[in-house]
Amino acid sequence: MVHQASQRGTEESPLAKWTLITIALAFCFVFLLLPLANVFAQALTQGWRYYCKSLLEPDSLASIRLTLVVAAISVPLNVLFGLAAAWAIAKFQFRGKAFLITLIDLPFSVSPVVAGLMLVVLFGLQGFFGKWLDAHDIKIIFAVPGIVLATVFITFPFVARELIPVMQATGTEQEQAALTLGANGWQTFWHVTLPSVKWGLIYGIILCNARAMGEFGAVSVVSRHIAGHTETMPLRVQALYEGTTASSAAAAFALASLLATLALFTLGIKTFLEWKQERAERLIVGRVDG
Amino acid sequence: MSIELKGVTKQFGDSAVVNNVTISVKEGELMALLGPSGGGKTTVLRMIAGLEMPTAGDIFIRGQRVNDLSVQQRNIGFVFQNYALFKNMTVFKNIAFGLKIKKWKRPDIQERIAELLKLFGLEGLERRYPHQLSGGQRQRVAIARALAPEPSVLLLDEPFGAVDAKIRQELREWLVTLHHDLNVTTIFVTHDQEEALEVANRIVIFSRGVLEQVGTPREVYEQPANEFVARFIGAMNVLDPEVRGEVARIGELEFPAPGHADGEKLRIGFRPYAVQISSDLTQYRYHAVLRHTFFLGVLLRVEMELPSGLTIRARMTKEEYSHQGLEDGKEVSLQIRQYRVLAREAAALPRESELGYQPPPVLGENI
Repeated sequence: MVHQASQRGTEESPLAKWTLITIALAFCFVFLLLPLANVFAQALTQGWRYYCKSLLEPDSLASIRLTLVVAAISVPLNVLFGLAAAWAIAKFQFRGKAFLITLIDLPFSVSPVVAGLMLVVLFGLQGFFGKWLDAHDIKIIFAVPGIVLATVFITFPFVARELIPVMQATGTEQEQAALTLGANGWQTFWHVTLPSVKWGLIYGIILCNARAMGEFGAVSVVSRHIAGHTETMPLRVQALYEGTTASSAAAAFALASLLATLALFTLGIKTFLEWKQERAERLIVGRVDG
Repeated sequence: MSIELKGVTKQFGDSAVVNNVTISVKEGELMALLGPSGGGKTTVLRMIAGLEMPTAGDIFIRGQRVNDLSVQQRNIGFVFQNYALFKNMTVFKNIAFGLKIKKWKRPDIQERIAELLKLFGLEGLERRYPHQLSGGQRQRVAIARALAPEPSVLLLDEPFGAVDAKIRQELREWLVTLHHDLNVTTIFVTHDQEEALEVANRIVIFSRGVLEQVGTPREVYEQPANEFVARFIGAMNVLDPEVRGEVARIGELEFPAPGHADGEKLRIGFRPYAVQISSDLTQYRYHAVLRHTFFLGVLLRVEMELPSGLTIRARMTKEEYSHQGLEDGKEVSLQIRQYRVLAREAAALPRESELGYQPPPVLGENI
């Protein structure tokens, strides 16, 4: 009797358990799985042929290319910034550290549309640097550089946020050990620091990449939607969807399905990495216990 | 001289963590930096390594002033408290790291590491990662890694702190043997006086950043330079008697104090081994009741209460205890064979006063 009572204290009744599980699963099905499946279904309403054709249409192809270029520029920039920021925050004590951490989180709290507008205010023709840029014939707003800047701003926190806790947990002793063994700063970074934050970094890159390819709001403000020139995949999806014909909608879904596939692929890698890291940690714990 | 510190001071903000410290370490010495936590000993070690810069003073390694040399240029081996092994590298790669950085040739690296693995009893573990090693193995890998590039000095920060008691004892003995074989000048930091007494050739004692005494284990134990050292090294009974008629008195205890004025307060200390106990109440002058007995292995510690309420600790062997038929609650007579004036009101410390001297055992004092 005592045993049963104590069990009831920590465990919910089967009814509550299954109700909760059912609600969670139903929610995921209705709001996540169903719409996603629908995107693929809609994309294929006009058949496989049309699906491929719409993806290979020049403006769509250009949007895919632009999205890849933007990701290829902004992700490495974020890696560089993320490493520098995480290093500074985790390994040094300095004034304004708390402020820097808050600043890194800024893009999370500012609406992407506002972020886009901030860039327009800075670099637009009527903006702060507008005159100077125009005089030197440099186009940022309504051009590819603006899209890259907007994406960099939006994806700013991803790598740094992943790295800071990992670097803080690692501490500085391994690096100091490398120094006492004669290694210079670069050798220490390359052989000691980087391998020890490897998983955090890869994880950050994956999240950053997913967001860079999917960003709509901020990019939309600075792009002006010039088909074939300043349209990224999300913008192209919207433009096609607003088209009037049924085939245009199918083309929108085709491109959207490609974007969703990229996202699912990213999610897959993320899950795999998490599994792998967890396994490595379990191995360590197992050794310690043994 | 292998290492010399001259007037070295380190300040963090307003407080001096290390204050005007001068030490010389001879070639091949095994020296302990001993003191309570926060005493500045680790900072001294890190300044020798170049991981911290002194605020004032000079540091010399083999006669060369190294203040302006970077960590990399000092050619020291440093073993961190938690070993700081490279987690992502195997034992082999950990030990090879310093050699690769110094651009040793591949066959030379192989040879050197084979030699070290053998010396450190790590053969067969070269493909393991740090998390697959025991605490003792990790420590040996850390020391092997530090010694691989043949440094001129080996510095160890609390080398026995991260392993459990049984392995600690083995590692101490192993370190002494290793030092004997390699004869590399070695400095290690510890807060454990027993460890310092057992392992080191010489001990430097710090408290709050100030050097209290430098000496061999026997010197610091038998001739502590001041009250701090006397109380920190080994156990001590400490009493504060007052002088009346050239005798310092507290409770029923009396200590001869020729030349001291009436009313003067002294601080007197005596080691537990200096207290002699007998179950024969007529044998010694003072009487006391045995309150507690603590078993410490071969030795015992007993606490006795005098009629005045004073408590005195004594130490004896198990044989002596049972031979005397002692037990808690039994009345005994006692005498204090040997004591020391630790402090007096405004005066230097005198030599040890001797009342029938017997050389005390230096090691194994664990009371």
